[in-house]
Amino acid sequence: MEPLYLARESRVHRLSPEVKIAAVLLFTIVVVVTPREDLTAFAGYTLLIALVAGLARVPAGWLLKRATIELPFVLLAVVLPFTGHGERVDWLGLSLSVDGLYGAWNIFAKGTLGVLASLLLAATTSMRDLILGLDRLRCPTVITQIMTFMLRYIDVLIDDARRMRIARLSRGYDPRFLWQVKAFAVGVGALFLRSYERGERVYLAMLSRGYSGRMPSGSGSKAPAAEWVVSSALPVAAAGIAVAAAVLA
Amino acid sequence: MDDVQAMHIANGIINGPVSAIFIAIAMAGLAVCVWRAKLDLDDRLAPMAGLVAAFIFAVQMLNFQVLPGVSGHLLGGTLAVILVGPWVGALCVSTVLIVQALVFADGGLTALGLNITNMALIGTAAAYLLVALLLRVLPRSSRGLGATALIASVIGVVVAAMGFVAEFALGGTADLSITAVAATMAGTHTLIGIGEGLIAATTVVTVAKVRPDLVYALRAFRAPIRAKAAVA
Amino acid sequence: MTAALKITGLTFAYPDGREALHGVDLTLAPGERVALLGPNGAGKTTLVLHLNGILHGGAGRVEISGLPVTPGDRKAITEIRRRVGVVFQDPDDQLFMPTVAEDVAFGPANLGVRGDELDHRVTEALTAVGMLEHRDQIPHHLSFGQRRRVAVATVLAMRPEILVLDEPSSNLDPASRRELAEIIMSLPVTVLMVTHDLPYALELCPRSVILDAGRIVADAPTGELLADGDRMAAHRLELPFGFDPSAIHRR
Ligand SMILES: Nc1ncnc2c1ncn2[C@@H]1O[C@H](COP(=O)(O)OP(=O)(O)OP(=O)(O)O)[C@@H](O)[C@H]1O
Ligand SMILES: [Mg+2]
Repeated sequence: MEPLYLARESRVHRLSPEVKIAAVLLFTIVVVVTPREDLTAFAGYTLLIALVAGLARVPAGWLLKRATIELPFVLLAVVLPFTGHGERVDWLGLSLSVDGLYGAWNIFAKGTLGVLASLLLAATTSMRDLILGLDRLRCPTVITQIMTFMLRYIDVLIDDARRMRIARLSRGYDPRFLWQVKAFAVGVGALFLRSYERGERVYLAMLSRGYSGRMPSGSGSKAPAAEWVVSSALPVAAAGIAVAAAVLA
Repeated sequence: MDDVQAMHIANGIINGPVSAIFIAIAMAGLAVCVWRAKLDLDDRLAPMAGLVAAFIFAVQMLNFQVLPGVSGHLLGGTLAVILVGPWVGALCVSTVLIVQALVFADGGLTALGLNITNMALIGTAAAYLLVALLLRVLPRSSRGLGATALIASVIGVVVAAMGFVAEFALGGTADLSITAVAATMAGTHTLIGIGEGLIAATTVVTVAKVRPDLVYALRAFRAPIRAKAAVA
Repeated sequence: MTAALKITGLTFAYPDGREALHGVDLTLAPGERVALLGPNGAGKTTLVLHLNGILHGGAGRVEISGLPVTPGDRKAITEIRRRVGVVFQDPDDQLFMPTVAEDVAFGPANLGVRGDELDHRVTEALTAVGMLEHRDQIPHHLSFGQRRRVAVATVLAMRPEILVLDEPSSNLDPASRRELAEIIMSLPVTVLMVTHDLPYALELCPRSVILDAGRIVADAPTGELLADGDRMAAHRLELPFGFDPSAIHRR
């Protein structure tokens, strides 16, 4: 598994995880509720993202490459100008629906800004800290505990799967395309057995060290108020931009 | 390479109010799942669900080639509910979705409620109800079990896709005919569901052959006696 | 003096009806290091899981420094689990927390240790196994031998009276194997070590017992036991090629 975290020294990296999660979430909400016609607002948001990326020392190329995760939805957006109704404009000999163009823009802009904000969060916050952050934002502990175990064991399981695949290949079994479905599924079944049995062994190991149903609580101290103020700059600036754009329009 | 699988809804596809409503729905659904999952697993919940969630996540990362240039991967919702039951299964799929959104920037943060509702709640609920029905009516053989997993997977995937259609009808930001969206989603997801179902069926049958005691659906609907390990 | 560990007439069958222990008797004096030998499936791991009350339900009795293992009694069982430190075979099962330090802190935290004292325990245990500089690492990024050492530390942090190790030398390279031996010998605790590695048993444990088909079938000084070719063969125990039992006898 290849996490997105970029270990760097930066002011953004140093912020506590909970303030970053909150800031990105609020920023995303502002973006999503912005009317699609407020083009200046979206330009402003992009500027904010660029600013944070610069502060966090996250390269633009890195961000753009990973933002392609959202590509399927951009493809969905592409059809809208052709299928849309109402007023139409001609562009390079194509008749495009104005409403459809706005619809496509809406999906493209909000989707991309959302992905970029999430990427910045993941790039500047380790998995461990993200869970701690959720914990401090009062996410139910069952969920954060399940996440903790999950993230601990994903790589172990992927190694297991890789070893089983190599064993299969080294016995000369290498079907392609649909024929491999059976071998693949047998591998998945074996992986489930290993995961489940490992879960049971982990539980025994926990009991052996005095586990009685309560995990030790997250370590470290909560974010100081100053960090909340600093990180709120992102959503507050975004909201300011949104209001300004609405007033200007 | 192209990925044929359904993807997570991004920000901005569904409008703010509807996204917010579905966050509330997802939270309520999750609360019920946590409560029932605790009854199933007690203080084993965190490690067991963690390992099952890791399994689902790992399986989603294992790509296999469907055709040259086109690869797919398992979604695993139906597989999870058959193997570990509806409550733990839904909880695990939800956790995977949260981690994907937060740690891997896959799926919009504001769309998390939508994604959880579709993939972890209604998709798995439909699949499990079908499993409960089919395991009672189909022959008590591994073929019956395989057929159950296949059918439940197809329906589970299609129902999850219909969840998106419903959300789009309620708060879609793009002007598309809802029947067109529904038809496209149903068509593509039936295909995805069949691929998903073939793998899920073979997987479940494989597990049932080695450790039938581990398959929740078999314990619940086929085995009259339930052995309880002397572990405390 | 009370025995560090006293097992009398212990039997156990798994829920599927498989009988794994058939009346085991075993006593360890404080400070003793004993190897538990036996073929695959003999019941060694099953026995280990009885020592801290994880498995129970059959006949017989287990006492740790005079305190009986009573599975129903939550408070007593916590004390038992403090006294008996079990190091499992696969360190990945044992290292379930995100970082080395958090993992080592898990046990003492369950015993109610907090704050500076907890920190101190973690430092002490990691120092004992020479892993202090890795305290903030992710277990997955450690080598197998390092993970095994951290697994030992997770148990040491609970300051156990008996250290129980299930196949501690498996999958270790010769250097890691030797380092672990040095660590184990430096600890002032009673040791029960399950192993298939007979030279390791000889090196670490003056006394060995053989468990076969759920019964203790031999209990003798390790050198003597390993030199008794017939008895060894009867229980599917084999010395590595070229290992001379008469040479070891004199050590
Ligand atoms: N969870 C279980 N359910 C049913 N039977 C089990 C279980 N665990 C172990 N057994 C059986 O109990 C017997 C003793 O197993 P145990 O794991 O204690 O052996 P062992 O001496 O540790 O073997 P090894 O050297 O291979 O680790 C074996 O026959 C095994 O198949
Ligand atoms: Mg064993």
